[in-house]
Amino acid sequence: MNKIFEAKDINLAGINSSLLEVNIGPQHPSTHGVFRMNAVLDGEVIVSLKPVMGYLHRNHEQIAENMSYAASMPYTDRLDYFNSMSNNLGYALSVEKLAGLEVPERAEYIRVIMAELTRLINHIAVIGFLLNDLGAFFTPVLYAFREREKILDIFEEISGSRMMCNYLRFGGVKRDLSPAILERIRGVVTAFPRFLEEFETLLTKNEILCMRCQNVGVLSPELAVNASITGPLLRASGVNYDIRKVDGYSVYPRFQFKVPLGPKGDVYDRYYVRILEMRESLKILDQALSTIPAGEIMSKKMIPFLKSPRNFKPPVGEAYARVEAPKGELGFYVVSDGTPQPWRYHVRAPSFINLTILEDMCLGQKVADAIIILGSVDIVLGEVDR
Amino acid sequence: MMYFGEGVVKGMMVTLKAFVASYFKGPEDGGLFTVEYPEQRLPEKENFRNFPFLIYDNTPDNLRCVACDICAKECPPKCIYIVREFDKDNKPLKRPAVFNIDHTVCMNCGICEEACPFDAIYMDHNFEIASAERNENLLFRKDKLLKSNEYFHKIRPTDAMAIDERRAAAEAKKKAAEAAAAQKAAAAQAAPKPAALPAEPPKAE
Amino acid sequence: MNIMDTEKVKTDIEKALGSVALKSIRSSLLIENAQDLPKVAKFLKEDAAYRLDYLSSVTASDFIEYLETVYHLYSMEKKTGPVTLRVRVPRTDPKIPSLVSLYRGAEFQERDNFDLFGIVYEGHPDLRRIMMWEGFEGFPMRKDYLQEDSETLESADVEWLEKNGVKVPEAAKAKAAELRQQGKRALAERRVEDKG
Repeated sequence: MNKIFEAKDINLAGINSSLLEVNIGPQHPSTHGVFRMNAVLDGEVIVSLKPVMGYLHRNHEQIAENMSYAASMPYTDRLDYFNSMSNNLGYALSVEKLAGLEVPERAEYIRVIMAELTRLINHIAVIGFLLNDLGAFFTPVLYAFREREKILDIFEEISGSRMMCNYLRFGGVKRDLSPAILERIRGVVTAFPRFLEEFETLLTKNEILCMRCQNVGVLSPELAVNASITGPLLRASGVNYDIRKVDGYSVYPRFQFKVPLGPKGDVYDRYYVRILEMRESLKILDQALSTIPAGEIMSKKMIPFLKSPRNFKPPVGEAYARVEAPKGELGFYVVSDGTPQPWRYHVRAPSFINLTILEDMCLGQKVADAIIILGSVDIVLGEVDR
Repeated sequence: MMYFGEGVVKGMMVTLKAFVASYFKGPEDGGLFTVEYPEQRLPEKENFRNFPFLIYDNTPDNLRCVACDICAKECPPKCIYIVREFDKDNKPLKRPAVFNIDHTVCMNCGICEEACPFDAIYMDHNFEIASAERNENLLFRKDKLLKSNEYFHKIRPTDAMAIDERRAAAEAKKKAAEAAAAQKAAAAQAAPKPAALPAEPPKAE
Repeated sequence: MNIMDTEKVKTDIEKALGSVALKSIRSSLLIENAQDLPKVAKFLKEDAAYRLDYLSSVTASDFIEYLETVYHLYSMEKKTGPVTLRVRVPRTDPKIPSLVSLYRGAEFQERDNFDLFGIVYEGHPDLRRIMMWEGFEGFPMRKDYLQEDSETLESADVEWLEKNGVKVPEAAKAKAAELRQQGKRALAERRVEDKG
């Protein structure tokens, strides 16, 4: 093990102290998985912090390069296992761009509904776990999971699996939504604001939460842009950049919604931006559910390839498609050489790149704050380590 | 203007309400929603998918799988292993001699079910396969994978009905084509008598 | 989103920087000399017409004759993009100037590419392996990378197994000794997929 920081005696106001190297992780419960932080402490203040990852590395990219395009779809579920639908959407968009496929309108609406439901469950779970990191042991998480359960039940009913949905296909979706399911989704959407209000009463104005989170881990907008930070983390710093608005992929341009921004970019803003984003997601869901058209759910061109994925050969070329996943910009870069297997397949994982500035946010903070800063970045190790 | 501590007190009221509700209310109104598995179970969703199984019609000898190896090729983690059966003259038969699925490798994606052209493999609802021994007990061989069409009807009635109808229609069409071919052949044999007007082929209904 | 016209970007860069050799490939710009990359990126980042301040993705690929790095640049200020830059370097001496001083976002992505492809980004402040462990040999994402054969034992495996009281068959031991004598590692044959 290389020493990352040379421990040396320092003298502060006549008190002799020395720096202490501490390994936080790789199995610390608050590290959201097998993630390690190599911290150097002066007393309780962080002087240096290096994230160490790769414990869950399985070379997802090489696995995908050794199989047909469609066979990678279930593997993308396992990237960010909280949001399999968004991952599916990103991958489907990139291959559709590569092969020049059109998606029927109803399928586009279903995709948007699924992506927004995913955003809801991600954000409530993240807030719950952030409170876990703060020491509010499991009460907020269970409140969040109660609601998450209702959405996961819907996912199970339509896709067959609660978390590893594998629901989208190139050129459409796997199964149509029945009117009964649409009614159930509407039920969740109408009941959700009440839960959000309750959740906010529990947390938003809680003095302990405010004192622990405000002015902790401040991220300046300049650094955020320079370090390619995306998602709620970027918007909490006040940068207006939402790929749903900028790229306008799928049918997002048809819906009215705002992009919530944070004033300061501290942990509290990241918490509150997520709450506001959920409210915007509910608006999108409401509009999508009331305007969803009838029709096909699969592109005619792709129906034969459902039965024989290995015969699907996109033309030679490359495509980079990105979506606004709940954690940030999720990009898929696919290079085709005309064979059934991609020549190159790359995932631009938001939580991996968002970790770049973990050290900058933690410097000068206490150890306990480093844990909540990590919690507010919102990482999933399946995606970080790929 | 809030006085200090009001937020905490209001938050405590929420938890107090939930605590009281847990004694008096049902899961829909904010009460307890825990399902005490193994004694209680959640209702099974029809589309729920877990590990694959093989379907047979009527008797286990009459399985639909023809050992075409498509599912084994399409399976992303490559957990299916198939060997075709040969008769004593070394002629290949349309049935598998070996059909193994390694449940330790299977990732429940459902691609085998989608890719199968013979409606032979479907995803099961049984998820309780935990075992103390992984080499023998989690490698499911053919006899363990075979399940009847009735079982499929029980777990996934809508899909099973649709598939049965489709298969029956295809069967009828095939029979009609065969009958038509036989009649044509008979007519050709009966030639040169020109009297033979081809009989109406039976409708594929 | 405003899609940028590659030809226009190309002429603009050539006008401003003069000596840079560029070639457009599939709506992306190939920078012929890798050393020109920071110049081009700096121009695109700071020029008032472009302001491409956001480096979305840094990706490498192995095309057997050469290794390539692809940069996707967007503008958060103007909400435009992408401009795709690519740089090709020979397999034997893959060196590309690092963009970390311009874009912090490249830090982990360049480390990732260094780890999996072995491309050296010159000027990177902390170029270490990020996914694989220290002391790992080879670059797993290169097309000629051979995986370890999990079926064959090496002498270190035999030693470990015997120390832990596992009986190793003589044949496996002999094979391990043979491999050791030849100074080889137990590598798997590359799996040839039928591309049909």
